[in-house]
Amino acid sequence: MTTTSLTSSRGAGRAGDKVFSGATLAAGCLILAVLFGVALFLVVQAFPALTASPDMIKGGEGFFAYIWPIVIGTLIAATIALVIATPIAIGVALFISHFAPRQLASSLGYVVDLLAAIPSVVYGAWGAAFLAKEISPAYNWLASNMGWLPIFQGPASATGKTILTAGIVLAVMILPIITSLTREIFLQTPKLHEEASLALGATRWEMIKMAVLPFARPGIISAVMLGLGRALGETMAVALVLSSGALTASLIQTGNQTIAAEIALNFPEASGIQVSTLIAAGLVLFVITLGVNMIARWIITRHKEFSGAN
Amino acid sequence: MTATLTPVKKRSALTKGQLPKWAPYLVLAVALVLSAAIMALIGFHAFGWGLVSAILFAAGLVGWSGAVEGSRKAKDKLATCLVVGSFLIALLPLVSVIWTVLVNGLPGLMDPGFLTTSMNGVTGAFDNKSVEEGAPVVGGIFHALIGTLLITLVATIISVPIGLLTAIYLVEYGNDRPLARSITFFVDVMTGIPSIVAGLFAAAFFFAIVGPGTKTGAVAAVALSVLMIPVVVRSSEEMLKIVPNELREAAYALGVRKWRTILKVVIPTAISGIASGVTLAIARVIGETAPILVTAGFATSINYNVFSGWMASLPTFIYTQILNPTSPSNPDPSSQRAWGAALVLIILVMLLNLIARLIARAFAPKTGR
Repeated sequence: MTTTSLTSSRGAGRAGDKVFSGATLAAGCLILAVLFGVALFLVVQAFPALTASPDMIKGGEGFFAYIWPIVIGTLIAATIALVIATPIAIGVALFISHFAPRQLASSLGYVVDLLAAIPSVVYGAWGAAFLAKEISPAYNWLASNMGWLPIFQGPASATGKTILTAGIVLAVMILPIITSLTREIFLQTPKLHEEASLALGATRWEMIKMAVLPFARPGIISAVMLGLGRALGETMAVALVLSSGALTASLIQTGNQTIAAEIALNFPEASGIQVSTLIAAGLVLFVITLGVNMIARWIITRHKEFSGAN
Repeated sequence: MTATLTPVKKRSALTKGQLPKWAPYLVLAVALVLSAAIMALIGFHAFGWGLVSAILFAAGLVGWSGAVEGSRKAKDKLATCLVVGSFLIALLPLVSVIWTVLVNGLPGLMDPGFLTTSMNGVTGAFDNKSVEEGAPVVGGIFHALIGTLLITLVATIISVPIGLLTAIYLVEYGNDRPLARSITFFVDVMTGIPSIVAGLFAAAFFFAIVGPGTKTGAVAAVALSVLMIPVVVRSSEEMLKIVPNELREAAYALGVRKWRTILKVVIPTAISGIASGVTLAIARVIGETAPILVTAGFATSINYNVFSGWMASLPTFIYTQILNPTSPSNPDPSSQRAWGAALVLIILVMLLNLIARLIARAFAPKTGR
């Protein structure tokens, strides 16, 4: 061939191309391998617990009797966090994108991002030392005035270290995630839609209700699901704040436990079959959060063409 | 003079039926005074005062607006109040956390030797003595500081090459192939892996390869890498994408090989963004507790070797000092040490965030003409 002299004049260069693109490809595949490795090693190490005789597992009634109360506890804590964080996060995102003065908006966004920078163990320590103490009078009030609701059944915990406190701390921790994602989506609302509705005489709230929120709905849903994924797997806030116990319906009594906190509290001293049990619990948590995250990412990708979110 | 000659100050027809400009300030002042009066009746509490004032302010402004301007304007005012209120609520925990850590952490940080000694040989007897006889609190966080820095360093050394190469693959070689799309998708999914599961993975991996019960700094570094790689990939990918295509085409036109173009043109252009992304990733994993808890164990003495022996770190130090105080009967010295360590950790994380922002701002690539 006559043209090869141009492209293969320096063999070293071509080899360099091959080596480099091979290295980048290998790194990409390694990430996929790591993700499958996570699942594989968790399954391998968890296997003894799944097949062990029921009396070997903590509680003495087999793995499923052990795991389901803490799965429910995890869901309760995450639900509390979402119920508190979602409206506030949407409000904060709207404030930064549509209400705050333009010059202030980016620095206000940075202030909210600071919430994400604080390490989880510090939140846990704050929740245990400050929030639990400050909030326990409110629990007493709830127990005496709204005790007829099963979730506020008394007597309230004297220390305030309940699943509701843990849920509030979790809400603070997932707030910046939901806020920053929804803010990005609100900012991408087509300017023409907003201006058209204002020109028709809509107030600012009507403009947001009719132009911004319908446009952002899929983005909000996926942001909330990403927040849910984080709340499900968060460890330290629950491990430090909650005095754990058996599954109870009341949110203001001592009790309940989450998977992540159960692992963190027991893994350091565990041995033998206990290690397998805890790794199996981790596997359950991994499967739940993987499902939640994949659904959220799927929603984002499906709406990518016209929302450009993330 | 007759009444007809006095100049009547008439409001323009355009502003009729609107609240005057000073209306919110008046309502705010009234709300503050009223709620202060209520607080004086039932006992003063700063938080309660703020809350009651906010509710009174919103109710007053919305009610007045509803009476003068109609329900549409009133709804708009209500929405504004709710949105601003939610922002103020979001600020509360931030202020409260920073205040709590500062107040509780400064006494610990002021102790002589807090940053330069370890907990080696510090037993409950010392803590009992400091509480009962007023002796200074002994023990420090040097071992935890060393552990945190070493574990994070190893995690960075593992994650940055893998993350950067993957980002290069996605941007320069991927071309939206199925493999590239699945890598993007799974990197996104990986960002959602709970940190404790990453720790369990590293533990399970080393239990299977090296032997049961292997707990060293290196295991913790692998766990942190699992959390760090997706962050590095995402941020580097964003940065590589904004490198203008003209630069690549100019290099190709000069006959430069693709890999030389990437190394000499693309990466230098994007290096500030990549560096700030890596710094933010470090800031994210340096405060992770759960993965280190299950992979590196607890140590009270200084360990410089990442590959053997248990290692302490700042987050696990805070955790153990709170949950299992050195002296169970007198937990105060332990909690003082924990808050001191928390203050050091927050300062570290904030510094890293600040550095990342400075890098991004100082060397921002100039994409404009």
